[in-house]
Amino acid sequence: MTPGITRASGAVELQIIKLKIMTTPTPHNSDHIIHIKPQKGLQIIDFGELRRYRDLLYFLVARNIKVKYKQTVLGGLWAVIQPFFMMVVFTLFFGKLAKIPSDGIPYPIFNYSAMVAWTYFSQAINQSGNSIVGESNLISKVYFPRIMIPFASILSGLMDFFIAFAVLICMMFYFQIYPTVMVVCVPFLIILMVLASSGVGMVLAALNAKYRDIRYTIPFLVQFWMFATPIVYPASMIPEKYRLIYALNPMTGVIEGFRSVLLNTMEFPTDMIAMSFLVSLVLFILGLFYFKQVERFFADVI
Amino acid sequence: MSNSIIQVNNISKQYHIGSKERINRTFREAVVDTLTAPVRNFRDLKRLTKVEYDRPDTIWAIRDVSFNVHPGEVVGIIGRNGAGKSTILKILSRITGPTTGEAKLLGRVSSLLEVGTGFHSELTGRENIYLNGAILGMRKAEITAKFDEIVDFAGIDKFLDTPVKRYSSGMYVRLAFAVAAHLESEILLVDEVLAVGDAAFQRKCLGKMQDISSREGRTILFVSHNMPSVRKFCHRGILFENGRIHLDDEVNKVVDHYLDSGSATFSSRTWSPDERPGNAFFRINSIILKNKHGMETSAITISDELLVDINFEVLQDEAKPQYSLILSDADGNCIFGSLNNYEHEHYGKPLRPGIYTSTCRIYGSLLNAGRFFVTLIGFNNNWHDEFKIENAISFHAHDDGVIKGDYPGSYGGPIRPLLKWQTKRHDIT
Repeated sequence: MTPGITRASGAVELQIIKLKIMTTPTPHNSDHIIHIKPQKGLQIIDFGELRRYRDLLYFLVARNIKVKYKQTVLGGLWAVIQPFFMMVVFTLFFGKLAKIPSDGIPYPIFNYSAMVAWTYFSQAINQSGNSIVGESNLISKVYFPRIMIPFASILSGLMDFFIAFAVLICMMFYFQIYPTVMVVCVPFLIILMVLASSGVGMVLAALNAKYRDIRYTIPFLVQFWMFATPIVYPASMIPEKYRLIYALNPMTGVIEGFRSVLLNTMEFPTDMIAMSFLVSLVLFILGLFYFKQVERFFADVI
Repeated sequence: MSNSIIQVNNISKQYHIGSKERINRTFREAVVDTLTAPVRNFRDLKRLTKVEYDRPDTIWAIRDVSFNVHPGEVVGIIGRNGAGKSTILKILSRITGPTTGEAKLLGRVSSLLEVGTGFHSELTGRENIYLNGAILGMRKAEITAKFDEIVDFAGIDKFLDTPVKRYSSGMYVRLAFAVAAHLESEILLVDEVLAVGDAAFQRKCLGKMQDISSREGRTILFVSHNMPSVRKFCHRGILFENGRIHLDDEVNKVVDHYLDSGSATFSSRTWSPDERPGNAFFRINSIILKNKHGMETSAITISDELLVDINFEVLQDEAKPQYSLILSDADGNCIFGSLNNYEHEHYGKPLRPGIYTSTCRIYGSLLNAGRFFVTLIGFNNNWHDEFKIENAISFHAHDDGVIKGDYPGSYGGPIRPLLKWQTKRHDIT
C-alpha cells in the first residue's frame, strides 16, 4: 500500500462557525454620530455629554466616599481629627501664646470654624490635583468626559466637610454661640467653597498630567495659602482699605462668611464675599476651559 | 461609502518616545546638568503635545490608515506587536486623538480595551457592576435593567456583596466581562480581552460576542493574536504592519497571509516589569525558544530537540511554581500538553525569591513540519492561582529530511514521531 499521507488528509477539519452578516443596516441615530478628527484650536465644552454621563459622576463620588476609610480603625472620625487637632495646636500657639485677637469670641471655635472649610479646601485641591495622574489606568483604557475625575474628588470631600461641620455645631452649643439670621446663606457659602476648590483643582489636575512637579507643589501651595487666609487670625486685622484686595483670595470670603453668619463676628461681609465669588467664578471658568483644552493629550502624556 | 457605519480616512498618529537619558561622567558635569535640567525638561515636556515631523524622537504609530466597515460586519484586526492595532482602536474609542486624518462612527460605541477597567478592589461585586457600567457609558437605569442578566452571566450571585478583592481571578474576569458584554451599543471595539479566563469561559465570551453580532446585528472590531478565534469569529481581516494596512480582505486569506509571511513568529516574549504575567507568587520575565545549541531561534528542524526557557521571578517565599506547556498547531488545535510535575528535584518544593529559569525540552523527531504555537499556563502550589499566556511564542519547524529518508511524499498530522519498526522472519520449522 502506498503511504499516501498528505497534510490535507491528516488534518482535522476545523469547524468554522461564521457569523451571519446582517444585511439590514443598523438604523443610525443622529445623536450618535461620532466625528473623530485632530483636535486643533479651541475646544468647546460639550454640556450635553456631561449630562449624559452624570450617573458616572455619581458613582465616582460614591466610590471615593466608600473607599476612603475602608480598613481604617477610626473611619469617619478622621474627618474631625485633622481640623480638630490643628485647632488645638493653633489655640495653644496663636491664641494663648501669641495672643492673636479672635473678634471677641473664644479662640478655639474662632479657629475651628475656619479649619472646617480650610480642611475641605486643602484636601479637595490636593485630591483633585492628583486625581488625573492617579486614574491613569482609567484614562488610557476608556473614554468618558475626563472632567468627571477631578470633579468627583471635589464633591466627595463634602462628606468629610459635613462631618466636621456637625462638630462645629456641637461646639457652638458648648460655647453658647448662636448664629444670626444670615445662617440661611450657609448653602451659598458651601457652593462658593466648592466653586473655588473646583477652579484650582481642575487647573492643578490638568497641569499635573504633563508636569509632575505639581504633585510636589501642592503641599507647598496649601501651606502658603493657609497663611494668606484668615484662619489663625481674623480678617479684621487687615487694614480696611486692603480688605478687598485681601478678598481676592476666594477662601477669605468663604471663611469670614462662615464666621459672620455662625459666630456673629462681624456684619455679613457682602463686599468681601462678592469679591471672592467673582474670583471663584473666574477661576472656575478658567479651570474648566484650560482643562478642556488639554484633556485630549491626557492619554498620551500620562 | 455612504452605508458604512465606521469610516476611517487617512488617520495617522504620532507619538513622542522621549529623549535619551543623559549620562554624566564627572561630578562637575552632574552638578551643571542638574542645575540646567529644569530648562531642558520644560522644553521637552512642552514638546510632548506638539506635532513635529521627522524628529528622531518621534514615531508614527499608524500612518495613513483608511477603511470602511459596514453595519453588522465583524472585522478582525491582526498584526505583530507594535503594528498599530491597539492605536487604531484607541483612536476609534476616543481615548486619544489622531494626529491627522479623521473618522466617523455612526452609532453608539462601546470599547473593551481591558477587562475590569475601573474596578475597585475594595468595593463589592454589586457596587463594581454599577461603577464599571457607568465608566463604560451606561446610565444607572440601564444597568439596573440588566443587572440580573449580568449577575447571571458572571455566575457570582452568591458573592454579590463581597468585595472583589476576595474574588478568585476567574470570578473577577467573569464579572468584568459580563458588565461589558451587556453594553447597548451599535459598535463594539474589543482588544485582546479574551486572552484571560479559562477555556470554558472564553468559549462563553465568544458565544456571547457571536450572539451580540448575529442576533443584534452589532458591528465589531476585534483585535487579537489568537488566529483560530479570529478565523472563527470574523468575516473580514485587516492586517497591520508597521502602522499601515498591509492587507484588507476575507478573513482566511488575511490570516493565511499573516501566518505564511513569517512575520507572525516570535521566538521569544519578554515582558516589562509592570506588565509581567503571573500571580502573587511569581511572575514570568520571558519565554524563549532555543535550538539544540542553546541559540534563540524561531525556525527549528524537526529532527533536533528544541528548548523552551521560562524565565521567572519568585516574589514570595514558599512559591511553588507549576507549569503546563501546551503546543498547538497553526489552527489552534492542541497537540499535546506537558506538566513540570515530573521534575523531581524542584517540583513541589518551595522556592526562595529570586530569578529562575525552567526549561522544557521537546525532543527531536517528534513534530511534523509546520507552524506551532506554545501556550503557557502557570499555577502555584496545588494548581491554584492560574494564569495563561496564550500563544506566547511560535515557531516554524522545517523538514530536514532525516526522518523522511528516501520517501518523496509529505506527512499528515501535526506530529511525525520517529517510531521503531522491526521486521522478523518467521522460519518454517
